[in-house]
Amino acid sequence: MRRLLWALLALVILVAYPLAVRNHFFLHLSIMVLLYALLGTAWNLLGGYTGQISFGHAAFFGTGAYTSTILLLRYGISPWLGMWAGALLALLLSLPLGWLTFRLRGPYFALSTLAFAEIIRVVVYNWDSLTGGGDGLNILTDLGGVVRFYYIILALAVAGFLVIGACVRSHWGYFLNAIREDEDAAEALGVPVTRMKVIALAVSAFFVALGGGFFASYQLYINPDLVYESQISIQMIVVTIVGGVGKLEGPAVGALIIVPLSEYFRGISPVANPLIYGAFIVLFMLFLPEGVVGPARQLFARLAAKAGDEHKHISAGAGASS
Amino acid sequence: MKFIPYIQAMVNGLLVGSLYSVIAMGLTIIFGVMRVINMMHGELIMLGMYLAFWAYALLGLGQVPALLVSLPLFLLLGAAIYRGVVSRVERRGGEMGTLLVTAGLAYLVANAAQLAWKADYRSLPSALTARSLFLGGISLNYSLLWAFLAAVLLTAATYLFLIYTDAGRAIRATAQDREAAALMGVSIQRINMLAFALGTALAGMAGVLLAPVFYVYPYVGRVFLIKAFVVVVLGGMGSIVGAWLGGLLFGVVESVTSLFISSGYRDAVGLVLFLLVLLLKPSGLFGRSRM
Amino acid sequence: MSLLQVTGLTRRFGGLVAVNRLDFAVESGEIVGLIGPNGAGKTTVFSLLTGFLRPDSGHILFDGRPLAGLSPHKICARGLVRTFQSLKPFPRLTIGENVAVGALARTADPRLSARHAAEALEWMGLADLAGRMPNELPIGHLKMLEMAKALATQPRLLLLDEPYAGLTPSEGAHFSDVLQQIRKRGVTICLIEHAMRFVMALCDRIVVLHHGEKIAEGQAAAVAGDPTVIKAYLGKAYARS
Repeated sequence: MRRLLWALLALVILVAYPLAVRNHFFLHLSIMVLLYALLGTAWNLLGGYTGQISFGHAAFFGTGAYTSTILLLRYGISPWLGMWAGALLALLLSLPLGWLTFRLRGPYFALSTLAFAEIIRVVVYNWDSLTGGGDGLNILTDLGGVVRFYYIILALAVAGFLVIGACVRSHWGYFLNAIREDEDAAEALGVPVTRMKVIALAVSAFFVALGGGFFASYQLYINPDLVYESQISIQMIVVTIVGGVGKLEGPAVGALIIVPLSEYFRGISPVANPLIYGAFIVLFMLFLPEGVVGPARQLFARLAAKAGDEHKHISAGAGASS
Repeated sequence: MKFIPYIQAMVNGLLVGSLYSVIAMGLTIIFGVMRVINMMHGELIMLGMYLAFWAYALLGLGQVPALLVSLPLFLLLGAAIYRGVVSRVERRGGEMGTLLVTAGLAYLVANAAQLAWKADYRSLPSALTARSLFLGGISLNYSLLWAFLAAVLLTAATYLFLIYTDAGRAIRATAQDREAAALMGVSIQRINMLAFALGTALAGMAGVLLAPVFYVYPYVGRVFLIKAFVVVVLGGMGSIVGAWLGGLLFGVVESVTSLFISSGYRDAVGLVLFLLVLLLKPSGLFGRSRM
Repeated sequence: MSLLQVTGLTRRFGGLVAVNRLDFAVESGEIVGLIGPNGAGKTTVFSLLTGFLRPDSGHILFDGRPLAGLSPHKICARGLVRTFQSLKPFPRLTIGENVAVGALARTADPRLSARHAAEALEWMGLADLAGRMPNELPIGHLKMLEMAKALATQPRLLLLDEPYAGLTPSEGAHFSDVLQQIRKRGVTICLIEHAMRFVMALCDRIVVLHHGEKIAEGQAAAVAGDPTVIKAYLGKAYARS
């Protein structure tokens, strides 16, 4: 009940945000935060919950970007429709990938995703009749102002959050966690391991591609290096690690921290900016591998307890207070 | 006479493939012992390439001194990375953690390299690069030949190390059965570090050998990581012989198919090959079926 | 019709024949012991039965239906569940969540699965510890957890791999009681074990494996006195005490 209230409050703030904040830069920043919250949440489903680390999620991002853009440029289909087609395509693409690689163990999967992303990038790069090759594609249509984009990404992020949240709160969540902890034991207990992995990958791919489609429309320009770059994959991973792997709100919190930080560093030294991603991964894995959310929750709990408010006291499994 | 281009391609493929084998060896040793993929393997190769480049550009040193210097340098680097980062994360985070932290390191190193040395493509002017030996209509590039020889020597040395030294045997024992090795007094931590250092050194030295043959730039590591992975999948994870044969096979396939398809898609050849192997024989052509 | 019928089961690893044309059966309601010196192939048999390994030849019939080619989770759905010799709790899930996994795999219905999980916890005496983490528990409790996880899947036949290892004599006696109660509830049990004292006291029937082959089968006393068995163990087998 309390969580619902917090969530509603957050939602109200997010919806009202552009009404209060008119600064273009801050709106852009919040759009990027929401985008990476969406991407990270999607990656987290596969990586944090199911334990399958993917370094190639950019493949799905790019697929979403290119599909919606090509549909717009060639067939005049609105990108607000086209991006769903892109998401569906990414989902379909993820199925053979999953089938091929999920028979293997963790490290194999990780590297296979890398190879997979590279294949897609090479194909897109060379198929220039369709994709414009290295020159990329430009969108010349006016798709709206920054406020409109804000609300669209907000809607997408909320949708992603709700769907993925539903997945992990259901019995699927137990299965995914079990798979991450011990695949054999999970399988022996009746968990359909391969099927769950495929589902997690498919849902993950779908939402990442949705983000890609959005990104293409927002940037109005895409090329293979922009949308298939491993930097995109890495950024999804960073926000998840920083926020909290395997926690639903982890990537959102991580995005809130990383994106503004990244912009700040970009202002100081645009060339040095990418360094923070690698640095953050290493530092967090060394010193705070659970991410920020876990310790933050504990901190809040202690503060709330100190405030002496019995109704707010969180006790594990002891039932409702009073 | 019609076959000359094919034979030429095969020969070139074998020569380049030997280098791929060396790259793969480091990766497979680390995985065989520690059961983790070192995601920064490619970046270590990149560092080796830059070492060779700067050794020549700043000090006029040729490949042999660069190789000799790179061995202790990269051994130390590998040990340091293991002690400082990997072992700590492995303890707390297991396989997943190691994957993630080495990926983070890879990204960090690649970007640092870009910061330090700019994104320009460099090439190593080798006195031998342009010259070739002609044998029955086939041209054998001296640079490649020398690299091939060095690769063979390096592989042989590694093989001998693994078979005939105590440390090498301990590595093999741990790779086969960690628990048994630990029970017999092998310090798993030390072996892990040794394997990691060895894998790092092989990567660095491979980089030195590769420098005259490939362009040197900060993100080249990614390309080689994937190539190394393809070779390892081909040859079977954990198998040295597999890495050797897989590398040669990969080199030949890449070289021969480039006769038929446009250069843009050339990089995809290895990747498609990799997918095929995954599809048909995931344990590799020579590897153990346990994964 | 036997609950479990194994005929001609064979499995090789390279040149080594781990299981060699094994025939045996388990009747419903029995407690069967699978014993043999180390390396006799016992755990391999379990892996073959539960789909973790494919047999090179032979047939496995569970409840009259063949298990050929099924994946472990489907076999579990049919009612054949195993525990692992090296305990495999899910490290970062609570005790309660550990047990819930199997229950949810059996049925997605939240109330039914919750009941199954709660029952399993009760049976194994872990109900109070549901909020704890596995790394807080001593080995005796971890064994109970392994059992609880398996029981939550509502098994027909439970394959236990060395459940007594690491237990004190009194813990072992308690465990035997628990197994008897489980049997009374209708679960058939087959266990691999080295602790002869418990095997002899508990099992209705014993199957002896050596080098992957069945060398003896029968009631406890008969098997203990069988010269072939004694020879295989080099004197480590002992008669009922």
